[in-house]
Amino acid sequence: MKRIWTFLMAAMLSASPSYAEVLRMAVTTSFYNSGLSGILLPEIKSDTGLEVELVVVGTGQALRLGEAGDVDAILVHARAAEDAFLAAGFGSHRREIMYNDFVFIGPSADPAGIGTADNAVQALQRIAQSNAVFVSRGDDSGTHKKEMSLWMAAGVAPSGAWYRAVGAGMGAALNVASGMNAYVLSDRASWLNFGNKGGLALLYAGDPALFNQYAFIPVNPGRWPHVRYDLAMRLEAWLTSEKAEALINAYSLNGENLFTFNAVR
Amino acid sequence: MSGIGQGFWEAWRLIFTFDPALYEIIFLSLQVTVSATIIASVIGLPMGAWLAVNRFFGRRYVIAVLNALMGLPPVVVGLFVYMALSRAGPLGGFGLLFSPMAMIIAQVIIITPLIASISHQTIRDLWAEYHDLLISMNATRYQRMQALLRDGKRALLTATLAGFGRAIGEVGAIMIVGGNIEHATRVLTTAIALETGKGNFAFAMGLGLVLIVLAVIINLAIHIIGKTERASTW
Amino acid sequence: MVSLLPLQLCGATAHMRGKKLVGPVDYTLEGTGLTMVIGPNGAGKTTFLRLMHGLQRVSGGELRWAVSAIQARQKQAFVFQTPIMMRRKVLDSLAFPLLLRGMGKAEARSKARQCARRFGLKDLLDSWAPMLSGGEKQRLSLARALIIEPEVLFLDEPCANLDGSATREIEGILQRAKLAGTRIVMASHDMGQARRLADEVIFFHKGRVHENARAGVFFSAPVTREARAFINGEIVE
Repeated sequence: MKRIWTFLMAAMLSASPSYAEVLRMAVTTSFYNSGLSGILLPEIKSDTGLEVELVVVGTGQALRLGEAGDVDAILVHARAAEDAFLAAGFGSHRREIMYNDFVFIGPSADPAGIGTADNAVQALQRIAQSNAVFVSRGDDSGTHKKEMSLWMAAGVAPSGAWYRAVGAGMGAALNVASGMNAYVLSDRASWLNFGNKGGLALLYAGDPALFNQYAFIPVNPGRWPHVRYDLAMRLEAWLTSEKAEALINAYSLNGENLFTFNAVR
Repeated sequence: MSGIGQGFWEAWRLIFTFDPALYEIIFLSLQVTVSATIIASVIGLPMGAWLAVNRFFGRRYVIAVLNALMGLPPVVVGLFVYMALSRAGPLGGFGLLFSPMAMIIAQVIIITPLIASISHQTIRDLWAEYHDLLISMNATRYQRMQALLRDGKRALLTATLAGFGRAIGEVGAIMIVGGNIEHATRVLTTAIALETGKGNFAFAMGLGLVLIVLAVIINLAIHIIGKTERASTW
Repeated sequence: MVSLLPLQLCGATAHMRGKKLVGPVDYTLEGTGLTMVIGPNGAGKTTFLRLMHGLQRVSGGELRWAVSAIQARQKQAFVFQTPIMMRRKVLDSLAFPLLLRGMGKAEARSKARQCARRFGLKDLLDSWAPMLSGGEKQRLSLARALIIEPEVLFLDEPCANLDGSATREIEGILQRAKLAGTRIVMASHDMGQARRLADEVIFFHKGRVHENARAGVFFSAPVTREARAFINGEIVE
């Protein structure tokens, strides 16, 4: 019995983290569900020695984690909210890293006929008019904020039985859409990497309004002195390096390119 | 049905090829839940025994509150622990949020009332049996508790196991306070939630089956180690 | 080593939930030998013994040992009618009272082994106490009581649930303990046992000491009507 106890104690104590080079970053579910982080993190570790811990949440929550000082940096995709974050002094600066686009997903039969829409706003209007079931992130994420801005441009306040706000990450929202055979706004990368497509298909894309920019923001050390600002800068240097550019641009699924690197050096 | 079949196949593949991602998650799950169970037992078992043996004003209310605390919704515990441990919160200075320690804290809060309550009930029954003998032998309060805890070992083991069972399957609280960070705070339950959310049902099922097998193995192992089920009357 | 005795009861009573179980009792426990408390069922013999030992609270009157109550506690033992077995091995059960007194584990265990030999429990040392037979359990209870070398030993109808051979064993142990100097107070409703063992007899009836005399005197010339009836085997109400 005693031997088992010593083993248990040793095992538990080894659970204590080494604080050496650990950076905690809040990233959007869209970024994580694309699978890109799985490619980048090992390279980051071997090149810079950084252990990057990803807290995967919606953009809204990522920003609040940054405000509370619970993470060292954030990677999000909601320009207006990011600007507000910086203006309030929570972030030190903003660095654009890469972009992709949002796409409209829906039942392959396309009952609302959005495949022939002229632009994103019209696609949403058609969905609202046909009362087709639409799944919304509903979680204050970057994708959700984009969706709401499009509704506003369309002059529609979405509500009713056909509008389902799930309050969940991109993967979970796609799951629900798949289960309900409903329309949903997703980022292209998450859609391509999604494993349960069911009867859904990519129906509309290409409108410049669906442009999706990801930006890296370190938490302001002036506001929260404990954050690992030095490590955040090291990560930023790597994320904007040529190696990162090559990896990001090369990342593809089924021949489709998921992200385009656009950091300015 | 093919989803479930795929799940079985995936499960065995993961287990027998010693998939490192899987085993890392298993190890972390055990670290967190075993630690929490041990700490909660150290607090809860004597607490239950103490309540069973000592009479004091308000004892009935304390016991009633203890039993009520068992009904604490785990996810609400997670919320409060999160608010306490966040940098912006009262205990933020320790930087514990999103670490295994935060998960252990949340689980300890959740299962200690359960362990204490079962401990109290079993010790109370045993105390009723030993009462006259221990008083006659002039045992001090501390000695009484010692004797009850020692002789009540097997019943107290069920309290510990109940706590473990509650903790290993918990997902709400540890998801909130742990953040489900890969390699750091991702355990079996939170991984299942994540993979299901990504639509990777086969992998999620694999994890689920591993979780079930793990829980059963641990229960069996503890029984055998404690020689509890060798023929003795209880 | 100051003796516990004499134990004096002056008008002592015991109540439970408002109902009077025993008393008022005037009695002095002193001297040597074995005192038998006999009487019909429900007379209050058990409560009387528990009162003297301290398991029953004194609700009226006085109960005083020759030393302080705390010191008195240390040198007494009680054997219950239904043996209370601890859920552990016989060896550990025997060692338990010694451990309570601060003896080291190794020393307590070795003393327990010696004691087991004296009481014929040697082969049962590794057995699980609750699994012993009735007679063995009571023998263990007695050994457990005597291992601390008490000055006063109380027994509440110890042989009530035992067969003949087990009873004989118990009585043998009691005789030896008495000869070794232990003051014994024992309740019984077995007249034969009373005749065999008693040096002093207390006839207990309706919660009070109805008659109290040396054994020889009591059995040959009982004073009260109830005592006479009881000795003759009649029902006493």
